[in-house]
This record gives sequence, structure tokens and C-alpha cells, in this order.
Amino acid sequence: MRSNDTTYTILDNSWIGANTKLMLLEGPTEEFTRPGQFVNIAVPGFTLRRPISVCDIEGDTLTIVYDVVGGGTETLANMKAGQKLDILAALGNGFDISRCGEQPVLLAGGVGCPPIYSLAKHMIANDILPTVILGFNSDKRMIMIEQFENLDIPFYVATLDGSYGEKGYVTDVIRTEGLNPDYFYACGPLPMLKAICGQLSIPGQVSLEARMGCGFGACMCCSLETTRGAKRICKEGPVFEKDELIWK
Amino acid sequence: MEMTEHTENRPARDLRVKLGNVELKNPVIPASGCFGYGYGMSEYYDIDVLGSISFKGTTLEPRFGNPLPRVAECTAGMINSVGLQNPGIEAVISEELPKMREAFHGPIIANISGFSIEEYRECCRRIDGEKQVEIIELNVSCPNVHGGGMAFGTCATSVADVVKAVKEVTTLPVYVKLSPNVTDIVAIARAAEEAGADGLCVINTLLGMRIDLKTRKPVIANVMGGFSGQAVFPVALRMVWQVSHAVNIPVIGCGGVATADNVLEMMMAGASAVEVGTANLINPWACRDIIDALPAAMEKYGIESLSELGR
Repeated sequence: MRSNDTTYTILDNSWIGANTKLMLLEGPTEEFTRPGQFVNIAVPGFTLRRPISVCDIEGDTLTIVYDVVGGGTETLANMKAGQKLDILAALGNGFDISRCGEQPVLLAGGVGCPPIYSLAKHMIANDILPTVILGFNSDKRMIMIEQFENLDIPFYVATLDGSYGEKGYVTDVIRTEGLNPDYFYACGPLPMLKAICGQLSIPGQVSLEARMGCGFGACMCCSLETTRGAKRICKEGPVFEKDELIWK
Repeated sequence: MEMTEHTENRPARDLRVKLGNVELKNPVIPASGCFGYGYGMSEYYDIDVLGSISFKGTTLEPRFGNPLPRVAECTAGMINSVGLQNPGIEAVISEELPKMREAFHGPIIANISGFSIEEYRECCRRIDGEKQVEIIELNVSCPNVHGGGMAFGTCATSVADVVKAVKEVTTLPVYVKLSPNVTDIVAIARAAEEAGADGLCVINTLLGMRIDLKTRKPVIANVMGGFSGQAVFPVALRMVWQVSHAVNIPVIGCGGVATADNVLEMMMAGASAVEVGTANLINPWACRDIIDALPAAMEKYGIESLSELGR
């Protein structure tokens, strides 16, 4: 049975990008089983919780990184260290690293970077050496570059306008660098995920996001039609296998 | 010594209520669509504490439902447009109900939807006789494909036709979950009662919408959806009062209930039991928390037995 201790204390809430904040929280972390799981945060003054991917877990602290996109995340952005949040933790399935192949590549775009960071750390801890490629619109929107560099693994950055790293998409980097991955993990905007699934002939896993009602499988507000029937992004997802996804 | 006597003299709080001949150990029922088939919520608490469960609205054939987004934030509420996603009555009976019965041993309310009178009839015929299913709750908020797409629940004769058709194929008590999106809910309630309904559930969601200021387009893919949550409580309470004073069959109060005080208020308005919907989606322990808080709330307001409140 899940613990109903849902109180977390904000230790830090700082800007790490033009529109992106990192929040460090102290509270129960023992229910997390996989990277790529998410938390669902009750934001004071709002009805629906806000689902946000977990970026890192260390002991009884967890890190989330979020874009400030609307009223809910604006309220979160204004919260200070010491304040408490009501958070449902360890939601969703997360990434499965047991089928990562010999040369896995991790692809992230924008605010898709945080769960990919958690995945990379988890793989390294399990003696798997992934290659990471991050994609951004421009250098002004980049986040988490230093954290990824500190992982000391093969690491590339692509920007659409060429203002940093290689000019183009994350899939362009695979080609230009002559990488030969046999499995991929991806998280980012839907057009990017669609392009990755269309261009890469290798198998992989994709983390999706959606507007959610509950975040724990009760309301069916985030259902997805897959090749294996209807699935809930919050419960059977957010990570799906490439061959489950139906692109329209 | 005085403390002990005080405790011993304190009357036990009786949470039991009755819906017709169906006895519930407490009045708290997760509303259809906010609790799946119950068993999924067992990872949060022992769902056997619940008075009953109204399971996810079920149709004859499997339905995927509406495109995403299906949900929108509102002040003290939310809008959903799931579109009756469900695996169809056969899969509910063969796969979902067995799992539900493992986790929950009390009376189950079968929420049935249909797009034609024949569909309601066939679903009710098949669910009749299923162990633990003690009440059928008809969702009449779906559009009638043979009636120009107007929802069954917005027309007194359509509601009466559905009730009469269903009563021919089942001996289970038939409750009608009324839509609030009508001019005169009392007229619809009376029509349901006259057609033979054994009870009513008041209310389903209110039709609402939101627009995203950035995209200038509706947030919900299906444009409109059902508005629910604490904001609708006063509307639901008013309708429970009106309906329960106009009919002689039990009324289940539903709409914005989130606290034990809300439960008492609904019952004072005339409800015999209470469904809790949106609160479950915000706090997965909501129903359990409400049940736990009921004895103290009853003591505070001098209520020894909940059945003394309901009509």
C-alpha cells in the first residue's frame, strides 16, 4: 500500500534557464522504482495537480525541473525554500533499462532533459554507458548542460539555430557523428518524438506527456490509443515502446 | 473516572444508511468515472471501507472515447470530456468485475450508459444477476442517436422510456443519474419516478468550457465537457433539495462533495447517500478521509445516526 505521507519541503527553487526552474524537495523517495516516473503536485489555489517528471533522486531529496508555462507553474515558481507541497510521488511506469541494447542513445529536447538525466545516471550506476544528445531551439533555451557534462559520458548538444553545438536536430547528430546506436530512449516535444520514431530504425522507448486529471489511473483523461489497446499515459505510461505508438 | 464515564456515555455514531432495501455501512460512494472499477485504488487504501462503488460508465460495445485533451482546470473545479471510454459490458463482466470483487465486498452500483434505448436494455439485461451488483445507475446524459443527438436526460419522455425499457429486463433497483443541464430537473425526476425508477442520483456534471488564451482555442479537444468539483456543490445541493422534496424514492446526492460536512449537508438536503467524484482525483484517499471524519462531524452537530438525516 502506498504511504499517504505526501508532504514535501522545498529546499531550493532556482532559475536554471530563461524560462526553467529547478526545485529541490525533501520528502519520501522510497516508492520510486525507475527513472522516468513523475510526481503530481498540488499547487495552492489550483484544482488539478501538476504532473512533473523527476530529474534526480538522492537519499530523501528529489529534484524536478519545470518550464514556467501557465498559472500553475507560475505559482510553483513563486514558492520559496521552507514552504511545503502536497505531492503524490512515484507515479507512472518509468524507463525500462533491461532492454537497452549494447549502444543506447538518450535523446532529449527542451524540458524533456530532466527525466533523461535521471535515466543516464541510473544507467551509469548499472554499468551501462549511454550516449546523450540534447536538442534546443537556441543557446538561450539550453538547460542542464553542466550536469550532463559532469556525467562524463559521450555527450552532444544540437541547436536549431546553430548557436551552440551542432546545428540541427538530435537525429542529425547521430548521422554527422557517425554514431551507431542499437536502442534509443527519448523525451521531448511531440514533433521531435515523432521525427525520432520515424527516422530511427532501431527500437526504443518514448516518454510522453499529457494534460492529466488525476495522474494515477482513475479518470481516463490521458488515454492513448496504442497498437496494444487503450493505455493511460499516467499509469501504463508515460513511457511507451516505439512500436506501441500510433502516429497520426 | 469522569472521563471514562463521559466516553462510555458518548453515543456510538451510526453511519449506516439505506438505499431502498440496499443497506450501506456508510453513505460514501465513489462516483462513476472517478474511481475506475475500484481495484486500481487498492494501492492507496483498503476500499472495503466504502459504502458502495459506482463503477466506470459502461456501454454495450468498447469505446475509446474522445481525443485529448480531455481535461481542463477551473476555479474550484475541473472540466472533463472523456467520452465514456470503457471496455464494453462483456469485458466489464468477464474481466473488470472479478477484479473489483476481490478488492471490494460490498454492494456495487453498475453505471450503465447507452446511445439508444436498446443499448441500455441490453447492458442492464447482461449485468442483472452479476454477484454484488445491487443497483443499476442509468447515465442519461449521453446523446440519443435516434433522437437527433439530444441527451436522453434532457427530455422527460426519453427518461421515462429508458426507465420503462430497462425495468422490463432487470429486477435490480434502477436509479437514474439526472443531468443538471435542464430547465426543470423536478419534471424529469417525476417522470423517472412515474416510469418506475427506484431511485435517483442528483446530479451529473454541468456543461462547461474553457479557452486557452495563448492559442485562443478551447482547452478541451471536444470543445465542451462536464464541469465538476467543489464549485458545483451549491448547485447540486439545491437540486437534491428540490428533487427529494418532489419524489418518494431515495436520492443519492452527487456534486462537489469533498468533506464530511458536505456529506451531512447533502443528507440534510434530502440525500440518502452521497457520491464523491472529483475529490478522488485530487486526493486518492478522499473517500476514506471523509468516512474517517464523519463520526467527529456527526458529534459536532449532534447527529447519532445518519439514517435520521436522509429522507
